[in-house]
Order: sequence, then structure tokens, then C-alpha cells
Amino acid sequence: MVVASTAGTISFREEVENLLHAEEGVSLIRCIQCATCSAACPAVEFMDHTPRELIALINAGMRDEVMASNTYWTCASCYACSEKCPEGIRPADVMYALTRYSLWKGTFNRDWVAPDFSRRFARTILRTGKSYEPGYAPAFIFEGGFPGMVREMRMAVRLLSRGRLPLIPSRIKRIRNLRAVVARILPLDGIE
Amino acid sequence: MTRYAYYPGCSLETMAASYHVSSMEVADRLGIELEEIEDWNCCGATAYSKVDELLATVLCARNLALAEKQGLNIVAPCNACYKNLWTANAAMRRDPDLAEHMNYALEADDLHYGGTVDVSHIMHAFVTDEAMESIRRQAGERIKGLRVAAYYGCQIARPRRPGVEIADVDNPTYFESLLRAAGADAVAFPYKLRCCGAALMVTNRLAAVQMLRDLLQGAVDAGAQVIATACPLCQTNLECYQAEVNRAYGTSYAVPVLYFTQLLGLALGVGANRLGIGKELVSTEIVLKRPIPAPACRGA
Repeated sequence: MVVASTAGTISFREEVENLLHAEEGVSLIRCIQCATCSAACPAVEFMDHTPRELIALINAGMRDEVMASNTYWTCASCYACSEKCPEGIRPADVMYALTRYSLWKGTFNRDWVAPDFSRRFARTILRTGKSYEPGYAPAFIFEGGFPGMVREMRMAVRLLSRGRLPLIPSRIKRIRNLRAVVARILPLDGIE
Repeated sequence: MTRYAYYPGCSLETMAASYHVSSMEVADRLGIELEEIEDWNCCGATAYSKVDELLATVLCARNLALAEKQGLNIVAPCNACYKNLWTANAAMRRDPDLAEHMNYALEADDLHYGGTVDVSHIMHAFVTDEAMESIRRQAGERIKGLRVAAYYGCQIARPRRPGVEIADVDNPTYFESLLRAAGADAVAFPYKLRCCGAALMVTNRLAAVQMLRDLLQGAVDAGAQVIATACPLCQTNLECYQAEVNRAYGTSYAVPVLYFTQLLGLALGVGANRLGIGKELVSTEIVLKRPIPAPACRGA
């Protein structure tokens, strides 16, 4: 439940909760800081704030810290936290909500691979209706330096020779209709 | 004969083609008919939910509407496709305004979704009492005694779907039962529900490689000769990036990773070629040997 705060403005926590309108789950104010979410998270070591800390920062209204965090971009969507939370909070859905918010507000770190990858993926689907793995390579292939790039290329060749990588993207028959469907949700310019 | 609308998902046309052919073979042997959804589109994976929620929902809504037109319930072989289709379906059933919004968009493809389709993972179609009985009846000695780690992955179980027992979320056992019905020896694998790293393999390599190492070590410790997966992303990460784990940690894992349908297919007498076995980067020779060699040693 979203509770109106004083002075007619809404708090940062309420703002985040409003991003969750379509999800089930309970208010972040129920968080008891038990850190079960952090203990359940397999990627926690790679986050600048643990899921527990992130919820504490949200509840404390510390917007700048939250928006600068890599935590939600490091979430693998395994839902272990949501399953284990004794209060019924669904941290995995909060992570999704914050990635959307940070893309919308443009607050993410431009050096991170994840935001670029998500947007490339979204664009690919709009072009063909299906995912095409080689199309995402520019988002990450330079990350491992030259040796990393050579390793990726070598693996791609081995996969190609086994018929596991497509040379050209396949597309659905009614891609124009799919684009028209999507355009009724969001202007395509905003995605492409 | 049981019929389903089959939603292969993008990976099964490329990286995981062997999951597709082996699913078809197994379904055929079990008298289950898989009718591919006509002109299906990508489910949005994890990326679309990170960009826009309604966008993520409408991609799935189109697939649901197409299946409804075919008058069949959906099975999806990929954990993420299953979760996305299931989630969008539940959201549209719960929220008539959302359904109306989605249907307004679907009109552009002359489609409408009325909420009548159920969504399952393909494994769920293979663990019904009837299918299990059929597997027990037909299974030969082909994978008898093969020590397999049943790796569920995440989204086949989480987030919890209403009506599913807590025990089936915390510690499901149907995958192990399925392997046992086929004659294999399902080992106790404590990491069976732990994340493979998923798209972090692309977006945060260090994190994903560490998560994979834990899984591989867990499988070795459990004495597994093979890891069986139910998701193309789990399979790709565990198999194709095993060399990356070895490089990062100085280990020498060489654990074969197969789709559960490939093992079932072998047990049901389908030839290895027809199951796509032999396209792996990590050798799967061990499952082709007869009889299955005894494990050299259990993990320390």
C-alpha cells in the first residue's frame, strides 16, 4: 500500500513502489533488514550494495545512491531472494523496476555492459521478431581485451562448425504486424 | 493423444537445436503431440523486462493469442520463455485493464487473447503419471547406472506459481524421478536450483564464471558423470563456458552437459544422432559408451 507522505509529495520509496504496479508483493516498508535476500543472492559479491542495503537505501530516500548502484544491473533474475523473503517482498521485481527507471532517467553508468545489452536486445526483436546472438557481440566482445576477443571468436567458429550459431538472423513472417503491435504500446523511435 | 502448442523459443532454432530435435523425438515416443505455434515471436528474455514492462508483456501476449487460436495449452522448453509466458498470462488474467490494453495492441496483428491458455514447461508434460509410466515401460538399459546431476535451473521453479507446494519450489524431485524412470542414477545435487549466471555471462563475466564454477564443483562433488539441464541458457553457460571457468580458476572440469530430453531419448531407444548428441564443445562420449563406465572416484 502506498502511503502519502507529508507536504503533498511522495517519497522515493513510494516512487519505486509505483514502478511495481503490475507486480504482486508487499510494500518495501515491511523490510526487516534480515538480509535473507542477500544471503540467497548468488551474485551478491559483485554488487556494490547488497539487496538488503539497496532496500534500506530506498526506504531512507537516498535516491542518488540507489540510482548510481550497479546492484540491479548485476541481478541475474534467479528469484532466490523473492522466494526466501519472510516478509513477502519481491526484491527481484524491484531490481527489474530499477533497471527500467535507470534506463528511463539515463542514470546508469555508460561503461556497464548490461544497459547496452538490454537495449540492443530490444532493438533486435523489433527488427526480426527473434533473438540473434551474434548481434549482441558489440555490447561485450571488447570487455576481455584482445585475448578475450580472440577466445570469443574461436568459440563462435567452433559453434558455427557444429551448426549451433546462425550466420543470418531468422525473422518471423509477420514482423510488420509485430512492429505495429509494439507501436501501440510504445513509439518505436523510443526503442530503436 | 495429448496435444500442446509448442513454443520452441529462439535458442532452440540455433544454439540449442539439439534440445528441439530431442524434445520432438521424446514427445513422439510418449504419444505427445507438439504443434508449433504459428509465427511465434521472441518472449523478450530478461532484457525486455529491463526496458519496459508493457513491452515485455505484449511480446508474450501475442504468443498466447496465437496458441489460443490453435486451441491448445502451451509447453515451452526454455526456463525463461516458460517464466515470461506464464507471468504475462497470469498478469493478464489478474488485471482486466492490462488485458484490454494488450488486446488493443494485438488488434494490429488481428489477434485477441481471451485468457484460456495454460502455460507449462515441457518437462511438466513429461512428468505426468501417464508419461512416467510410459517411460518406465519403454526404457531400455541404455543409460542404466549413468550418474546424472538433475539441474533444474531457476525459472522452472521460481518465482513460485500459485498452487505449487513450497516443497516443490525449495526441493522439487520430479526431474530426478524422471531420470530414474529412464534408468539413470540421479545423484543428490545440492546446487540443482542455483543460478547458472544467465545473461551475466554477457553483462558481468566474472560473476557468471564464479557461479558456474560453484555448479561444476557441486556436480563433481556429487559424483555426477553428466549434468542434465532443462534450459538452453543453462546448457550453453555450463558447457560452452566451462573452458572459461578452467582458465579463470586453474581447474580442469570436463563435465558433459546434455538436455534431459537427450538422455530420455537415449533411454527410449532413439539414436544419438537423432538427438543432436555430438554437437557439444565438451565431449559427451561417456553417454555413448556401453555399458556406462563406473565413475572413477567420488569427489573427495
